Amino acid sequence: MTAAPSPSSNRWQRLLQPMVIPALSMLTALIVGSLVIALTDLDVLAALRNFFSAPGVALSAMWNAIAKAYGALFEGSLGSPATIIAALQSGDPQAITNAFYPFFDSLVTATPYIFAGLAVAIGFRCGLFNIGVEGQLYIGAMCSVWVGFTFTGLPAIVHIPLAMLAGAAGGAAWAFIPAILKAKTGAHEVINTIMMNYIAFRLSEWLLSNRGPLARPGSPVPVSPFIEKSAELPQFFPDPIRFHLGFFIALGVAAFIYWFLFKTTLGFELRTVGANPNAAKYAGMNITRNILIAMCLSGALAGLAGANEVLGVNHNLALAFSSGYGFDSIALALLGKSHPLGVVLSALLFGTLRSGATRMQNVARIPIDIISVIQALIIAFIAAPAIIRTLYRLKDGGEGEGAVFTRGWGK
Amino acid sequence: MATTLTSKTTDVHQTRNRAFGIAFIVIALAIYWLFALGVDSAATSTFGLNQGVVPAAERLPDMVLPSGGTVTFLAMFAAAIGAYQLARGFGRSTNVMMGLVALFFVFAFLTWAARDQSFNLVGMLKTMVSRAIPLTIGALSGILCERAGVVNVAIEGLMLSAAMMSAFIGSAAGNLWMGLLAGCLTGGVLAFFHAVLSIRYKVDQVISGTVINIFAAGLTSFISSKFLQVYPAYNSPGTFDSFPLPGLSSIPILGPIFFDANLFTYGAYVLLIVVHVGLFYTRWGLRVRAVGEHPKAADTLGINVFRVRYVNVVLGGLVAGFGGAYFTLGSVGRFDEYMTAGRGFISLAAVIFGKWNPFGAFGASLIFGFAESLQLKLAILKVPIPSQFLLMAPYIVTMIVLAGLIGRAVAPAADGQPYEK
Repeated sequence: MTAAPSPSSNRWQRLLQPMVIPALSMLTALIVGSLVIALTDLDVLAALRNFFSAPGVALSAMWNAIAKAYGALFEGSLGSPATIIAALQSGDPQAITNAFYPFFDSLVTATPYIFAGLAVAIGFRCGLFNIGVEGQLYIGAMCSVWVGFTFTGLPAIVHIPLAMLAGAAGGAAWAFIPAILKAKTGAHEVINTIMMNYIAFRLSEWLLSNRGPLARPGSPVPVSPFIEKSAELPQFFPDPIRFHLGFFIALGVAAFIYWFLFKTTLGFELRTVGANPNAAKYAGMNITRNILIAMCLSGALAGLAGANEVLGVNHNLALAFSSGYGFDSIALALLGKSHPLGVVLSALLFGTLRSGATRMQNVARIPIDIISVIQALIIAFIAAPAIIRTLYRLKDGGEGEGAVFTRGWGK
Repeated sequence: MATTLTSKTTDVHQTRNRAFGIAFIVIALAIYWLFALGVDSAATSTFGLNQGVVPAAERLPDMVLPSGGTVTFLAMFAAAIGAYQLARGFGRSTNVMMGLVALFFVFAFLTWAARDQSFNLVGMLKTMVSRAIPLTIGALSGILCERAGVVNVAIEGLMLSAAMMSAFIGSAAGNLWMGLLAGCLTGGVLAFFHAVLSIRYKVDQVISGTVINIFAAGLTSFISSKFLQVYPAYNSPGTFDSFPLPGLSSIPILGPIFFDANLFTYGAYVLLIVVHVGLFYTRWGLRVRAVGEHPKAADTLGINVFRVRYVNVVLGGLVAGFGGAYFTLGSVGRFDEYMTAGRGFISLAAVIFGKWNPFGAFGASLIFGFAESLQLKLAILKVPIPSQFLLMAPYIVTMIVLAGLIGRAVAPAADGQPYEK
């Protein structure tokens, strides 16, 4: 006889169960990433040559390389605990600001991830794989920066929403093209959104080039003018902490997306089309319309990510300003199981990771691209939970976890 | 019942005919408006037909055309095709006519761009072929996978990794052949991961391919900035020399375009023939196609579906690796981050456009290669279009082609579906 599980432990189990695989995927990816870091370290490679005569030296060299890298990652993302305590004890405001800077900067980095992750997630919910978030983000940023510097004399309460909306509209328009092609001709969105990415990059190069309409007059480098003060998202703390209103807007948008997906008829239709298009069609739902809505909403969210970066952080637009937020958000949406809450949590995690990786690049000389490697591994593990189950000898979860998103070409 | 059905289909045909006819006439007008109006009536466009240094005896005379007259003629021809399409309809050959009208448009554009200038036509077509080669090889990789029922969107990542490894190993070993081998093997190993994820773990094949793409982009940039940029000696493998194929290369015009190239071009021709014959004229090919169309039936007949898929995906990976090596060993002789620039995805479009047939994919690749070479050569002609817009051309052409043809191109029936025994 086993004791009946108490209701409270049951609830905890229900809450934690879906997080086991993502957490272990994350952990495993970080471990594999550490091996990549160790095995590409020159000291380690030198020590490995004498592995059989002095295994201890090689192992400690590996450990040093990993500890240095991940130590920098941690300090860069959350701040060093020792510095924070020392700063609080000294009471010097400048020291406190510096100590908390990494933490707030992680939140700043997480903000575009929330938007972009929601963009990918809403596509997944409708069975669409939007790899074009990066391009939509660029277009959104360009629209928003244009509104930001063109209109002068507007009060902030008008100017900020206008610039954000312009970004959303730009992203939605950019996503509309592959959406209509998918809905009307069946051309696969994976190829088309990628093509649209390249077109967006070239377009941004032209717009910012010295004769382009977005170029800052007289600037030798391709960069846009600064936006008006009235379009800047307000920051909460004095410089250098860049934490701004965008973070809370992102949380609000995530709540809205949750409401839209799970509490409205339109959201239900969208999810049904994603789960089973045949059933949706049989039930009289309009597949074309749902594809268009999902893609445009996805593009709008991606555009907001771009607008957020321009209005909240950079205050102007330079070439290649995004550093791959759109691509990272694919891993992020999968990690968050395409659920708004999951997306927000994974965005916080990714923001922390990327923010720390920048420091890791500066301190430990580990190229930031290691993050992409780790992300690819996360997607692989999440998409194939059986690997994680085998590695950690977990029991089968029972529910169908590996969701099917796409259905071959043009079907 | 039957009569209403037929009348409805003829209605659809008529609407389609009318739409195409109107489109042709619009293009004809566009040709006239854009390229004939405002051109000096005495202007001529000169097209060179020789490539490189050619002995005087074998030199072909340049083709000199009156710019305005040629464009007007092309516009009228296109309009005539449109008128016939409206009146009678070309039926089955509508697509051919569409291609012809598109060709007129491009040629009219070239004539306009080259007015009062000389433009090396054969040189451009040669660039078209060399640009089409990596796309063709990538498409062959895609065909090998998809004919067995595995969608491979990872070609981009396979080619990128292979490009890097072949540059690195080629430089480290000081031997191009070692580099080539390393490139092929890299493609094969990564493709094996794709196979394990999508066949054994039944991961959505597009997701699995995206994993490989992100992984490859990350790892190649990581290694590039950690080693290749720090030690340039490890990133200078050199390139394979081009050599004319004896006999074939002396065919006028076609010879210099197709048969004066390096190992990769000839390798692509050989692979084209091998894959075509293999798929359609051997027992192996019949099995592969059976697995791609109806795995259950194939299984019932004793074909090991999983093994066929594994073998084909890995073969596809080796081929993609060969294509990836082109970027470093066959083209620029050095690895740059993200140097494949979406070519892997364009070759996927070539697979679809070519209806999963090797030679069809080659034709499609030539069209994409043409878009790329056009962009390169127009920069020389100083056309008043910003270079960034010309750089968009291959991507836009890819989208148009996908949108226009996918409805009529039928994928292998089990493409993209994991097999459950």
